[in-house]
Amino acid sequence: MSVDVSKVATTNGTQPATGAKGPKAAGAIANWADERLGLGTAMKKNLRKVFPDHWSFMLGEIALWSFVVLLLTGVFLTLWFDPSMTEIQYDGSYDPLRGVHMSSAMASTLEISFDVRGGLLMRQMHHWAAMIFIASMMIHMMRVYFTGAFRKPRELNWVIGCLLLLLGTIEGFTGYSLPDDLLSGTGVRAADGFMKASPVVGTYMSFFLFGGEFPGDSIIPRFYAMHILLIPAILLALVAAHMLLLVYHKHTQWPGPGRTEENVVGYPMLPVYAAKAGGFFFIVFGVITLLGGLFSLNAVWKYGPYDPSKVTAGSQPDWYMGWPDGLLRIIPPWETHIWGVTFSWNVIIPILVMPPLMLMVLMALPFIESWVTGDKREHHLLQRPRNAPTRTAIMVALMTFYGLSWAAGGNDIIAIKMDLSINQITYFLRAAVFIGPVIAYIVTKRWCISLQRHDEEKLLHGYESGVLVRSPEGGYAEKHLPLPEGKAYTLTARDDDPKPETVDEVEASGLQGRKLRIRKLRARLQAAFFADNVQKPTAEELHEAQHHAEHELHELESQIAAGPNRHGPSEDH
Amino acid sequence: MRLLNRSAGRLSRHRRGPLAGLVVLVLGLLLTGGLYAALAPAQADTDADQEALVQEGRELFLIGCAFCHGQNGEGVLTQGGSQYGPALTDVGAAAVDFQVGTGRMPMAQPGAQAPRKEVVYTQDEIAALSAYVASLGTGPAIPDADLYDTDKPGDLNGDGKQDDKDKELLVVRGGQIFLANCTACHNFEGSGGAMPRGGFAPKIRGVDSKHIYEAMLTGPQSMDTFSDGNIPPEDKKAVIAYLETLDEAPSYSGFTLGSLGPVSEGIIAWVGGIGVLVGFAVWIAAHTTRSSKKKDEAAA
Repeated sequence: MSVDVSKVATTNGTQPATGAKGPKAAGAIANWADERLGLGTAMKKNLRKVFPDHWSFMLGEIALWSFVVLLLTGVFLTLWFDPSMTEIQYDGSYDPLRGVHMSSAMASTLEISFDVRGGLLMRQMHHWAAMIFIASMMIHMMRVYFTGAFRKPRELNWVIGCLLLLLGTIEGFTGYSLPDDLLSGTGVRAADGFMKASPVVGTYMSFFLFGGEFPGDSIIPRFYAMHILLIPAILLALVAAHMLLLVYHKHTQWPGPGRTEENVVGYPMLPVYAAKAGGFFFIVFGVITLLGGLFSLNAVWKYGPYDPSKVTAGSQPDWYMGWPDGLLRIIPPWETHIWGVTFSWNVIIPILVMPPLMLMVLMALPFIESWVTGDKREHHLLQRPRNAPTRTAIMVALMTFYGLSWAAGGNDIIAIKMDLSINQITYFLRAAVFIGPVIAYIVTKRWCISLQRHDEEKLLHGYESGVLVRSPEGGYAEKHLPLPEGKAYTLTARDDDPKPETVDEVEASGLQGRKLRIRKLRARLQAAFFADNVQKPTAEELHEAQHHAEHELHELESQIAAGPNRHGPSEDH
Repeated sequence: MRLLNRSAGRLSRHRRGPLAGLVVLVLGLLLTGGLYAALAPAQADTDADQEALVQEGRELFLIGCAFCHGQNGEGVLTQGGSQYGPALTDVGAAAVDFQVGTGRMPMAQPGAQAPRKEVVYTQDEIAALSAYVASLGTGPAIPDADLYDTDKPGDLNGDGKQDDKDKELLVVRGGQIFLANCTACHNFEGSGGAMPRGGFAPKIRGVDSKHIYEAMLTGPQSMDTFSDGNIPPEDKKAVIAYLETLDEAPSYSGFTLGSLGPVSEGIIAWVGGIGVLVGFAVWIAAHTTRSSKKKDEAAA
């Protein structure tokens, strides 16, 4: 093996060793491009843009990268998928369906699965990526909410995020329906029923969408146009807006030494953050590929082609539609008949009312909170969930409602796998969707306040050192040591809650009528919002605590120096 | 000839005698009885065996089944008038062979539904029980093995022979019948599904073909009866052929997660997808820039 010595310095002089050719070439290209496109000025700032580092800031990235995987695998699938409802006789590789009549859409899905090289992997990756896309949007949203990152100036980005979640769900539903298999056809039939449940316009809407009576022969091509063109375009535009706003607002950060509302402490885009984010892309791609290769998802050949006369047990939508399906499963059979028109409340409430309502509540949360708290300041430092107990408790209550409804969507699977009666599960959940969120709210709020007290305890009395001291009387006590300064700073780097306006103050303000009532309502809500929160210790309290801690430390040291238990601790603490 | 005429004439003189009718009757009975005994001895033996089998079955029945189903299989009602053990007078041998042959009967305890469990009786005992219950009334008999032997699909494509091509056609046909009639309760892969009030449509994969045939024929527990008028024997065979294909076919798409549909898929998306990815996010965030390992450790 010969060694390349061409780049090794040949003298001991001050001249550097021969430079590699690569960087020069890259520099030349960069220069060429810069002179024509002015990239340098644009990139100079952005390449050094700083992003703070925390695992929870990468959750949105999962959504972004799985969206990229969706685009890539989706393009692959369009090369073979035939979005047509023309009835043909299947003549592909899968024996148990050969000769069966089905739509071209279904036949081409089978072709992708069995006859296109890598097709099944791509199909499953596309579907797994969709499941992960929506799941990661949701956990990203949880992170943003729990840390207070939705506060001014980021409320609109929160709204965009909610719209992305909505569009992702619709995109998922349309995509899931495209293969025209028995399961997805059942889902489309359900959607047809939901539309028809809308008072007055229901039937018109259904006939309009399906181009006549269900199933017709237009729904798959229409869903296809929505799925590959319309919704992805809106999604892309909104993703771009979401990220531009992220860059414009700068990323939020956790409080800590050196971190303020005016700066961002972290790593620059190049080389650190780009490497991390780029690496994460490959990890997301890899995990999705593994899922696609190892885990079966929507085995359409087992379902067979859609046929309105058939149905299968375990017909569920994909997970993100599970919660309205669950509400639909547990709602009592309420109907009203007026003048020969049936109002199916059992469909209208869980499907036509609840999901849009939930979305509107989500979108309104930042605005409701800032109205109640009266906080119109900009916030770039995050809050720990415990420091906003009511906010945290509201989201946990919503999550509990979501989770219970979601569980109801799988009531049949729960019944057979846990040997329970589906009726009892249904009765339990009917009550639990109302009671569960209330319990969750109370527990979470008290839990947060306990954690706040724990923080206060640590600040004022130090952390548990693990050093046990026995007194002459034989009692044991654990010594507490003061927190390191950095940690103490982080714990105290939060604002005190404002003092809520009292109802009496509002009444004294001289407002009249409706305005007065609204202000009084606000005052009450504000009092409830901040009720029982623990405020951070004052400077004097901290100073006092520090003094006390020094004394204790001193005493402990002298005790240790004097040998085990020769002097008892003083009685003054 | 004269002699014959004379003796016949002598006989015929007695033809109106008081004992003549009796004698003819006795002769006739002897003749038929003798002929029957001479020509059908095997049948008579089977009858005797059958009787012994029924007797054995009755004894087993009195010990193991009569407590709920009554001494003569007439069924037992509770004081409230609901059924304690249903009447077995017209269920037929196939029902017994299914219920006892899959371990569902005898029940270990009362419940929403008798689950499949370890079989308690031997094949001979099951045969005896079936024979006894069949003797109580009407009902379908235990199907012949030919009816569910999917290696004999019949000449479906009309080329004059039974071969793999016929079997393929049988499987395709069976799949469509299965999806139209069975999946609504038993799930698209026969993994089972929930029924009201703690009942369930059991998993039907890996079940003996005979038992599947009998289940369709007799409609055990909450299942409908798919009589031969409803699903003809050859279609029942087709369904069995499709189920066998599902058992034999490889999982083309990876782990099937119990073949339960989107619920288990959703769990995988959250646990195996998001769970793993969040783990990676924590890992990436925990590892940050460093110029050397030593320095990084010193800072920590």
